[in-house]
Amino acid sequence: MQNLQWKVITIVVVFVVFAAVGVYPILSAWKGLPAPGWLKEKQLKLGLDLKGGVHLVLRVQTDDALRLETETESERLREELKTRNIPVTTIAAISPTQFKVEGIPPAQDAAFRQAANEVQANFDRGSGVNGTYLFTMRPNIQVNLRDEAVVQARQTIERRVNELGVTEPQIAQQGAGGDEILVQLPGVAEVERAKQIIGSPGLLELKIVERVAGSKEELLVNNQVPEGMEIVPGVSAAGDTGNLYYLVKRVAAVTGRDLRSARPSLDENNRPAVSFTLNSEGGRKFGKVSGENIGRQLAIILDGRVQSAPTLESRITTEGRISGSFTQEEVQNLSLILRSGALPASLTYLEEHTIGPSLGADSIRSGVLASVVGLLLVVAFMLIYYKLSGVNAVIALIFNLVILLGLMAYIGAVMTLPGIAGFVLTMGIGVDSNVLIFERIKEELEAQRGVRASINAGFARVFWTLVDTHLAALISCAFLFQFGTGPIRGFAVTLVIGLISNLFTSIFVSKTLFEMVLSRRQQVATLSI
Amino acid sequence: MHIFKNTNYDFLRWRWYAIALSWVIILAGVVAIAKNGIPKGVEFAGGTVVINKFERPVSIQQVREALDRNFPGGGQNVVVQAYGDPTQNQVMIRVPQIGAEQGASLSVVAQQANDALRKGNLGNFSTVSTQIVGPTVGADLARRGVWATVLSLVGILAYLAFRFQFSFGVGAVVATMHDLLITLAFLAFFRYDMTLNVIAALLTMTGYSTNDTIVIFDRIRENLRSMRRDSLNHVINVSVNQTLGRTIIVSGTALLTALALFFFGGEVLHGFAFTMVIGIITGTYSSVFIAAAIVSLWRGAGPTRAAAHAPATATPTTAPQQPARRQKPQRKARAS
Repeated sequence: MQNLQWKVITIVVVFVVFAAVGVYPILSAWKGLPAPGWLKEKQLKLGLDLKGGVHLVLRVQTDDALRLETETESERLREELKTRNIPVTTIAAISPTQFKVEGIPPAQDAAFRQAANEVQANFDRGSGVNGTYLFTMRPNIQVNLRDEAVVQARQTIERRVNELGVTEPQIAQQGAGGDEILVQLPGVAEVERAKQIIGSPGLLELKIVERVAGSKEELLVNNQVPEGMEIVPGVSAAGDTGNLYYLVKRVAAVTGRDLRSARPSLDENNRPAVSFTLNSEGGRKFGKVSGENIGRQLAIILDGRVQSAPTLESRITTEGRISGSFTQEEVQNLSLILRSGALPASLTYLEEHTIGPSLGADSIRSGVLASVVGLLLVVAFMLIYYKLSGVNAVIALIFNLVILLGLMAYIGAVMTLPGIAGFVLTMGIGVDSNVLIFERIKEELEAQRGVRASINAGFARVFWTLVDTHLAALISCAFLFQFGTGPIRGFAVTLVIGLISNLFTSIFVSKTLFEMVLSRRQQVATLSI
Repeated sequence: MHIFKNTNYDFLRWRWYAIALSWVIILAGVVAIAKNGIPKGVEFAGGTVVINKFERPVSIQQVREALDRNFPGGGQNVVVQAYGDPTQNQVMIRVPQIGAEQGASLSVVAQQANDALRKGNLGNFSTVSTQIVGPTVGADLARRGVWATVLSLVGILAYLAFRFQFSFGVGAVVATMHDLLITLAFLAFFRYDMTLNVIAALLTMTGYSTNDTIVIFDRIRENLRSMRRDSLNHVINVSVNQTLGRTIIVSGTALLTALALFFFGGEVLHGFAFTMVIGIITGTYSSVFIAAAIVSLWRGAGPTRAAAHAPATATPTTAPQQPARRQKPQRKARAS
């Protein structure tokens, strides 16, 4: 008796707690009932497919990061060889992970090897043939660089998305190679702007201009780009459509990494521009370079294109401005991109899914309708077929659904459209356990056992069957979760929670209900089942 | 109320007919797939899908003509379908191409399609959904879907081999593969697109179909202990008959909810619900006709003595009972 009381209390407490967490916030949002803030925070979250928003999958081109490393390292070797007076004909990157050095005089071979050993810790040096060496990036360094590039890209995207002011964005790494980034922006309507901001490289470089010309060819010396230089395209001046080419020093005086802040402003002609402030390290470097190059042009290069090339009239340290033919919106986006830092590698879009809020609302409506119809059908069937015991099953079923909603809300799981399908199926499959138990009780009754004994035997015998069926279903759910992304994961989570709560309700709640009914009567001869 | 009370069907006698029927459906499915291929949803095939909601009713024909005239390269490869409730005036346009993957230009094709519609003078419309999937995504997904299915079958096989016997695991897995093939055949007959949701339904179905099978196996195991002198085939038949009521009722309730999803769950869940409906029906059929038949075939239909050593984990205390054989009436009890 005492035992039964405790069981009932346990059940009531579980029900109240889960109903408060899982069901009440939904009702309060729907009907405008008051609810404390901490409860509202726990409200079941809706997935992108129900709420509307943008789902993007991007791939980080990690080769870019490797190429950059290879180029930087080959430049370093070039500088080192210059200081040691070892002449070579060419040093060139031939793939993202390899560069080649050619034309080392045989007499200097040993000196070259020594210099290379000191500088190139990250590269394996091939055996030299005829004064030619091939340097290949070490595999572990490659792996590290790729990982780093993806992590940095993710962090940069996170900063940009936060600056955009999206609520509850989700940004995660995924994919077989780990180089994909999933970005979910609930409720975002300006898809194009979001994509532009997320995807632009945002690399700012300030470089001293050597020469300017109308075509690339004019800048070549002996048909080659001079050592340590590069050619960058750009526009000449405001309103001018003609392209200009700038021969600039390859090594940037200052890059976006030294940036402290960037904000929209106006230039001297009252056109939209972006003003930036450098940090102290950047200011020191910039001060030195600008002081040494007064009277020369400084190219302000954004993502490989010269935006403007003002003449340095005095030494500048921390303040600068990027002007060009920008619109007000571009200036705003640009400031945001610069503030959040450059991407370490370029991104390609693999997937884009935009769900309008109206479609999400339609999905919710039909999902709820299907749930209600499914519930009514199952309830009607159970009541007709099992009579009063059907009431028991229906109560267990409602418990099951309340616990399902409550647990989902509590652990912060996301309800998706397939998740609603999982919810509906949980109702249909969930009564399975009750049916199994009831059918067994019927058999026991037919075997002329007493009602109490039949009920006890029914539950006892079915227990391990239920464990087996539920565990087998959990196994397939685990792989479903593993397979899926977003909505499908929501579905798998719904099924798993439904299965677990079903085990509790069908065995514990249902049995206790029977015991409650039986405890009121001394002699039990019949059972409505 | 009690359906299938004390039935005594000889299910195993029908096993060859059942297996033949299944093969006919599966082969027809293979032919259908070989002939038309499995239509892939945009997640797998890649491409652009735009769903537009028009302010005034438009016919599919009008949309198609507008695209034929104004979409770059013509509208031959473009699929146009009504989407959702007809009163909503929603049209789905699916194009196999996507914009360039570089930069933010992925949605170029979607814009071109919308521009073509605007030029077609079909009245105002708003885009309710755009989905653009690059070609590299689908292959990866398909591979993962197949792996998830295979691994979940292996997992179930291992679990049943551990809890029952290896032959039972084989029976359940063969039955589940049978269900997958039959469902795929029906998906091919009715030309449903293979989408993520359909794959999810297929995976759910593997779990569900095993459920029914396990309940029957559980009863076989229990009866094997009490009916040591009977042949395995007899034990199987008795067990399937004893659980028949439960099997039918459970499939019925599951089917009710799957049908509710099919008719009321909306356009997005259509393929999912269809897969579940077929899966539940074939799952029930295979649990009754196929799974136990495989166990019987695998072990040969000899007397159960050799088989009687089934792990005795379930209900260890009470002596096994088999209702039909009980002689001694205990206290009076009546079932209504």
